[in-house]
Amino acid sequence: MKVAFLGATRGMGRSLARLMADRGDALCLLGRDAEALALSAKDLEIRGSSGSVASVLCDLADEASIVPAIEQADAALDGFDTVVVTAGAFATQEVLEQDAVLRARLLAVNFANTIQLCEAVRVRLLERGGGTLCVFSSVAGERGRKPVGLYGATKSGLSHYLESLDHCHRAAGLVTVTVKPGFVKTSMTEGLDPPPFAGEPHDVARRVLRAIDRGWPVVYCPAIWSCIMLVIRWLPRAIMRRIEF
Amino acid sequence: MTQLSGWGRTPVVEASERLSEDMLDVCREAVLTRGLGRSYGDASLPCRPGSTVASSRLADRVLSFDTTDGVLRAEAGFRLTSLDALVRPLGWASPVCPGTSWVTLGGMVASDVHGKNHHVAGTFGEHVRALRLLVADGRVLDVGPADEPELFAATLGGMGLTGHILEVEVQLARTASAWIHIEEQPVANLDALIASLRAASRTWPYTVAWVDALARGASMGRGVVMQGRWAEPHEAPAHQPPSLREFRMPVDLPGWVLGRFSVKAFNEVFYHSHRLRPRRGIVHPMAFFYPLDACLDWNRMYGSRGLIQYQCVLPVADDTSVVRRFFETLTRIGGASFLTIVKDCGPEGRGLLSFPRSGVSVALDLPMRGAATQALVDALNELVIEAGGRIYLAKDALTRPEHFRAMEPRLEAFNAVRRAWDPDASLRSALSVRLLGDEA
Repeated sequence: MKVAFLGATRGMGRSLARLMADRGDALCLLGRDAEALALSAKDLEIRGSSGSVASVLCDLADEASIVPAIEQADAALDGFDTVVVTAGAFATQEVLEQDAVLRARLLAVNFANTIQLCEAVRVRLLERGGGTLCVFSSVAGERGRKPVGLYGATKSGLSHYLESLDHCHRAAGLVTVTVKPGFVKTSMTEGLDPPPFAGEPHDVARRVLRAIDRGWPVVYCPAIWSCIMLVIRWLPRAIMRRIEF
Repeated sequence: MTQLSGWGRTPVVEASERLSEDMLDVCREAVLTRGLGRSYGDASLPCRPGSTVASSRLADRVLSFDTTDGVLRAEAGFRLTSLDALVRPLGWASPVCPGTSWVTLGGMVASDVHGKNHHVAGTFGEHVRALRLLVADGRVLDVGPADEPELFAATLGGMGLTGHILEVEVQLARTASAWIHIEEQPVANLDALIASLRAASRTWPYTVAWVDALARGASMGRGVVMQGRWAEPHEAPAHQPPSLREFRMPVDLPGWVLGRFSVKAFNEVFYHSHRLRPRRGIVHPMAFFYPLDACLDWNRMYGSRGLIQYQCVLPVADDTSVVRRFFETLTRIGGASFLTIVKDCGPEGRGLLSFPRSGVSVALDLPMRGAATQALVDALNELVIEAGGRIYLAKDALTRPEHFRAMEPRLEAFNAVRRAWDPDASLRSALSVRLLGDEA
């Protein structure tokens, strides 16, 4: 595979990019921190990625950086066939309620600008007969829940968009994989108490790679969250309002 | 806040563990950096409840790897399992493999780990070419045998107390193939065990012995000596060793499962099966170096009270009577050690508090039984002091400070370096509070 990867420097993205490097996929990393990109690119080269790993600056908070970055990554890989987006912003509901600037930023990064990026990818992949777009959404987008209202809203919107993208273009060869991680122990969730069934990034990455290879439209990680969310989706509003989940 | 403990699951400290891919983000406000928490006792625990430790385990990038001369540099959280998998197919291996691969490079330096090849290769620290440290005054320093040599020597085996280890550069060892050739020899008693271990070490790079610590009388010290070397290319299978299946211990077993009776039964079966059919031939390197890694969370077998590992080195020359007295003391007080490992060590390395020295090292796994276990450790420590030996800090949870001072004449030199670089003891752990007199 030839993979353009936004978010490979940290967390689940780092684990997934390593699995891809291990099996010799070609990678181009996108991100906003040049030093972190260079270190991760070197790490992935040593771990076996085919050829040198290119890196391209791209900041999801800066809409203008997105399309040029996709163009550069496409050129660096001589035409990517897969695009993975694990990057996103996170803050607790409490912080987001108080900080309007941070809130605007999170809404833009996780929803509007991620979709702008997906649109740029959609056009390119459809032109060449298809490919795979794998985007990390979240189980937080499944229901309106008290502790993750704002963050969950961005992921809900994103999941909605990704589902429709998959319905529209799968026949034309563009496969969309929506990843919905539950609680995973990464630096993003650092400081939060892990609930039961919290996952490890490496296990999530293995499952996501399988989903990409097989073209699963939706993948919950760890797998147990598909059962948990099945229940949550069908809970009556009266109960959702009473629980703190 | 989370409940933190070492691999022995006792003691437990309620503390906050900070994780980041960039260690500098989290080290500056932490009293200590820990890796995977595989030291058994309190070495990786913060000095008091409520304080903050940094975890290196997300900082795991490989920074450079020269496949021609075998020099690898990585961030401190890089795991030995990953290192093995990365370098093995290219004909390299870690110069020193401890009993588990679930350790980080930073942890291997901080504990100055040793392995089955200590008699020829020394400790891990002997192969470290350079370290990057965040020291107490906030500076990031590159240290090595030629740069700040005292700080470097104090950091090898310094239990993370001299600075936060950020990066490690190590010289790897060449291997003839990716597989191990193993030969086992059953031995009927302690004298035969020591003699056979010594003889094996004259010609084999990897040697270790399993001992039935419950056997008494004439068969005291019976066991199995295991010797190994990297297989020659013509002996080894053509393919790379596959990744092994791991299984998880789903629950804590009740504390009585590993009692005297079951340990005795296990030892009987293990000894006689290996006596009747000693292993000889090609084995997977992971199964040879890290047999317990096949079971993740094996520490849960000891129940919720946890386990104590006790490891000491006894400076034994030709007279093995002190080892005999050690096992006599152990059986008299009633310690039923499930897994007892004996290894002959080579000369002391350059780490100021590094554990191994010439002699015989004995490691015991004991279920934690409160005051009875404390009394056993005290009695064993008194014997170790009398014999001029010392204990391994990475395993220790119960040694008393006066005992530690009595067995560690190098402590003053270590303290002097530590005072010079960290006069306020801003880096400290539960272990340094217990043994070095730091304030909590």
